[in-house]
Amino acid sequence: MFRRLADAGTAVGLTVDGRPIEARAGDTVAAALLAAGIGPCRTTPVSAAPRAPYCLMGVCFDCLVTIDGVGSRQACLVPVHEGMKVETQQGKREAGR
Amino acid sequence: MAADAFDVAVVGGGLVGVATAWGLAREGCRVVVLDEGDRAVRASRGNFALVWVQSKGLGLPAYTSWTLRSSNAWAGFAQTLKEETGLDVCFQRPGGLHLALSDHELEARATTLKRLHNQAGAADYKAEMLDRAQVAKMVPAIGPDVVGGSYCPFDGHVNSLRLFRTLHTAIHARDVTYLPSHRVESIFKEGGEFRLRTAVREIRAAKVALAASNANMRLAPMVGLEAPMRPERGQIVVTERLRPFLHHPVTTIRQTDEGTVMIGDSKEDSTDSSRLTIGVSAKEAERAVRMFPLLARANVVRTWSAIRVMTQDGFPIYDQSESHPGAFTVCCHSGVTLAANHALSIAPMIARGALDGSLVAPFSARRFHVQKTG
Repeated sequence: MFRRLADAGTAVGLTVDGRPIEARAGDTVAAALLAAGIGPCRTTPVSAAPRAPYCLMGVCFDCLVTIDGVGSRQACLVPVHEGMKVETQQGKREAGR
Repeated sequence: MAADAFDVAVVGGGLVGVATAWGLAREGCRVVVLDEGDRAVRASRGNFALVWVQSKGLGLPAYTSWTLRSSNAWAGFAQTLKEETGLDVCFQRPGGLHLALSDHELEARATTLKRLHNQAGAADYKAEMLDRAQVAKMVPAIGPDVVGGSYCPFDGHVNSLRLFRTLHTAIHARDVTYLPSHRVESIFKEGGEFRLRTAVREIRAAKVALAASNANMRLAPMVGLEAPMRPERGQIVVTERLRPFLHHPVTTIRQTDEGTVMIGDSKEDSTDSSRLTIGVSAKEAERAVRMFPLLARANVVRTWSAIRVMTQDGFPIYDQSESHPGAFTVCCHSGVTLAANHALSIAPMIARGALDGSLVAPFSARRFHVQKTG
């Protein structure tokens, strides 16, 4: 759905649920997910409704993902780095993870 | 009857007020609830939502029985509310725990329970002390610092914000008149009825029930009653929603029906609910993590402070005025735990015009009238 305007930055490799994707240096995790065609990045804890990055500016908290083992981080506020492990979240997070 | 004249005016639209108003409406009374506005100091939005029995009543065994009575009535209360509103307040009574993080804390707890149990006329609420292994069997997630605790099968909890909403929905459905932004400035009796003056208008009612929490201190003397209060501040830390790991509420930690973990382990001598003491939040979070180490990985999504409604000795106050018959106080700390009693026991008494002494005589504010020595 989204296309990059120009391939400016250098390539950065990360994984999403174990699957490798390629981002660009300077991307946020949310931008990388959208550019890779990944829509919903989580389901909500109570009604299990799908959520995808929305406001892209740290306000809506819809883009929560687990990044390098830390849960419920705002994907739109975290820049990607080489080797980053991103996990989508299904419903309530497991305590202690 | 004139538009502004009612059978009962309930002062206070928090949990105590609306539970009482709902009960009165069920008795067929024409009820008005006079409430403050959105900026009211409102314990109903800040409380911890336990329906709690264990450790209640040290120094006043009748309070143990009264609390147990409400705990036992709660399931039916919740069911009736569901039938009337379609809303589920998520009452659960899986039994509750109090956890000790040191031998000293465990001994102190055992002493408290023993003293409670030994009081003349104390109701048996089946509390028992548990060692670490017994606690671990019930809640495997405990950390190495937990040395043991106490358990009471009658302890439970609810979704208290939903309870608040449900009661408001229920009184609306029963045609109770709810008037927000009607802070009662003065109450007096004239021509055999009470007149309640607000900045908006004057309300007339045959009876008055004061359910205004700490503000009862100001209102009660207007109708020959008294409500000595000592408000205090508590702080609550709230985590993101987690998969269920804690199936029994703990005195200071509970996991809600929707997965949120609430931590509330503080008391401060303050009546300012507009700010937090970070050191206090940090300390309660630290104790929570010692109790359940897996909480260290949970994200905190909010914290708040709220003012506890507290009478001077911590026990409820229920009275009818001698000088102004028809004026009642309904005043207590535990607006959640005692909601069933207020709806199903206190409200019918007010509707009849007489408190049932066999149930509530020990809760008269007359108990404060002892000679002070020195």
